[in-house]
Formats: sequence, C-alpha cells, structure tokens
Amino acid sequence: MSPETISADAVIDTVSAVFMVVGALMSLGAAIGLLRFPDLMSRMHAATKPQVLGLFLLLCAVGLQLRTWWVWPVLVVAWIFQLLTVPVSAHMVGRAGYRTKHLHPELLSADELEAVVQQAAGKRGFTDDDE
Amino acid sequence: MTRKRISLRQELPLLVWLVIVWGALWQNFSAGNLLFGALIAVVVARLFYLPPVELGGRFNVLRAVPFALVFLAKVVAASFQVLYLAVVRGPRVISAVVAVPLRSHSDLLVTATGHVISLIPGSVVVEVDRSTSTLYIHGINVRDAGDADKLRKEVRDTEAGLIRIMGTRAELSALKQEVGA
Repeated sequence: MSPETISADAVIDTVSAVFMVVGALMSLGAAIGLLRFPDLMSRMHAATKPQVLGLFLLLCAVGLQLRTWWVWPVLVVAWIFQLLTVPVSAHMVGRAGYRTKHLHPELLSADELEAVVQQAAGKRGFTDDDE
Repeated sequence: MTRKRISLRQELPLLVWLVIVWGALWQNFSAGNLLFGALIAVVVARLFYLPPVELGGRFNVLRAVPFALVFLAKVVAASFQVLYLAVVRGPRVISAVVAVPLRSHSDLLVTATGHVISLIPGSVVVEVDRSTSTLYIHGINVRDAGDADKLRKEVRDTEAGLIRIMGTRAELSALKQEVGA
C-alpha cells in the first residue's frame, strides 16, 4: 500500500472513532438526564432526544467503516424512521404525563396550557380528574 | 366504493418513498428489483388505503438543503446543551409549557413543525390544538418570559422555513407580507 491510502484509511478510522465516542456520549447523557432531571416531562427530553444525534453519529461511523456504498441507503432509511417515530413517542408520553399531572408546577416558570385545559374541562362539566 | 380517488400525482411521493425503502432493504438498486418494488408499492398503496396527505403543491430544494443543515447544527448544539443541563443543573432545572400559535392551518405543516421542534433537544410538543393550530411546547431550561419568547420565536422561524420549502403559494405570500411589514 502506498502511504496515501494508509493516511486516507487513518483519517476515516479517526473520524469514525470520534463519531462513535461522541455518539456513545449522547447515550450516556440520556442516562444521566433520566437519573437527574426532576419530573417526567424533563426526563422525556433526555430519554428521547440525544439518540437523534447519537444514532446519527453511530450510523455514520458504521457507514464509514463498512466502505460499501450500498449500506448507506439502509442507514439513511434507519435514521429517517427514527426521525419520524421519536417525536411521536415523545409527544404521546409527554401528553399522557401532562394529563395525568405527572409534573411539578413549582418547576415550571410558565404554563400556558393549564388555563386552556381548565376552561375546556369547565365547559364539559368536569371538575377534576379522579385521582 | 364511495371514497375519493386520489390522483397519481398526489400519490407519487409516497410510491417513490416505498420504492426507495424496498431498494434500501434489499440493498439492491438494479432496475428489475426497483420495478418489482414499484409493483408492490402500487399494490400496497391500493390495498392499505390511507387518507392522502395534502401536499402544498411545491417543494423548494434550494431552501430544503440549508434548512436540513441548520437543523442538523441545531440538533448538535442542543444535544450538548441538554447533556450540560443533565450534568450540571440536574434536579434544579426550570421548564415551561409555552403556547405557540402557528400561521398555517395545514395538517402537514403543523405536523412537520411539531416534528422538527420535537427533534431538536430541549422542546417537546405536549398538546396540539388543531382548530386554532396552536402547539403547546414543553421547553427545558425556560426560566423567564424572555426565554419563553425566544422559544416561541424559534418555533415560528422553523415554521417559516418549512413554509418556504413546501407551503402553499397562499401561505408563502402571507409570510412574505408579514416579513416585509
């Protein structure tokens, strides 16, 4: 092998190593967030978001290491499906959490949904959730 | 059958996407495989009928590429921000639920805006009011009214970007008037 191809390999290896470490760091961040954030809603941020970047970086690293062009479409499709599904699950859990009052009002600086919910509940004749 | 037929032009983006997924899963983009995939895509789209997505009728690629790059940059920046918050602020983090009224009433744009906003770490869509097309967003580290305004502005800027990419002409001209005013 000529020195040039070796250095190109080294560059690809370095880039994918950085991608993998940073991607793993994002998963670590998710775990730390789950432990340390105070309520369900802020935990949802940690539980769902860092993977968007983490998976992107790890898939890039896989693509760089396999060095065949036909693996890229699969990786792109995998990431797009992640992009399509993550917000839905985050929204469903967040919404259910809000409705069942799994939140700490003292940790919210503003809650512009509460008044709307109160109003809607009043209109329909509900007083409060049975909890 | 009483259901409305949708035109092939409206269905085409879905079919193309299905063929791409087919080719990607087989890892084979030869003409024969793609043709067979197209056949299956048509059959699937006919058998498992879904309400058609109402597209705006235009798609601006020149706007989409910078939007995608800015989106990726925002995801990177916000990921590290949430990581920082998790490690340093932890249990003392202050959040807020902010109402953001959107300009567009099209389901596609409201969904796309909600998706993009949800994918950028630090904001989750908690509730959607479809009748007024208002998103209620839980933002992390929103400590006062100034931060809430910043979040609101970011959501509306995201929507503006999406309207420039794939909004209808009416929405686009309304946006131009608003920016010009």
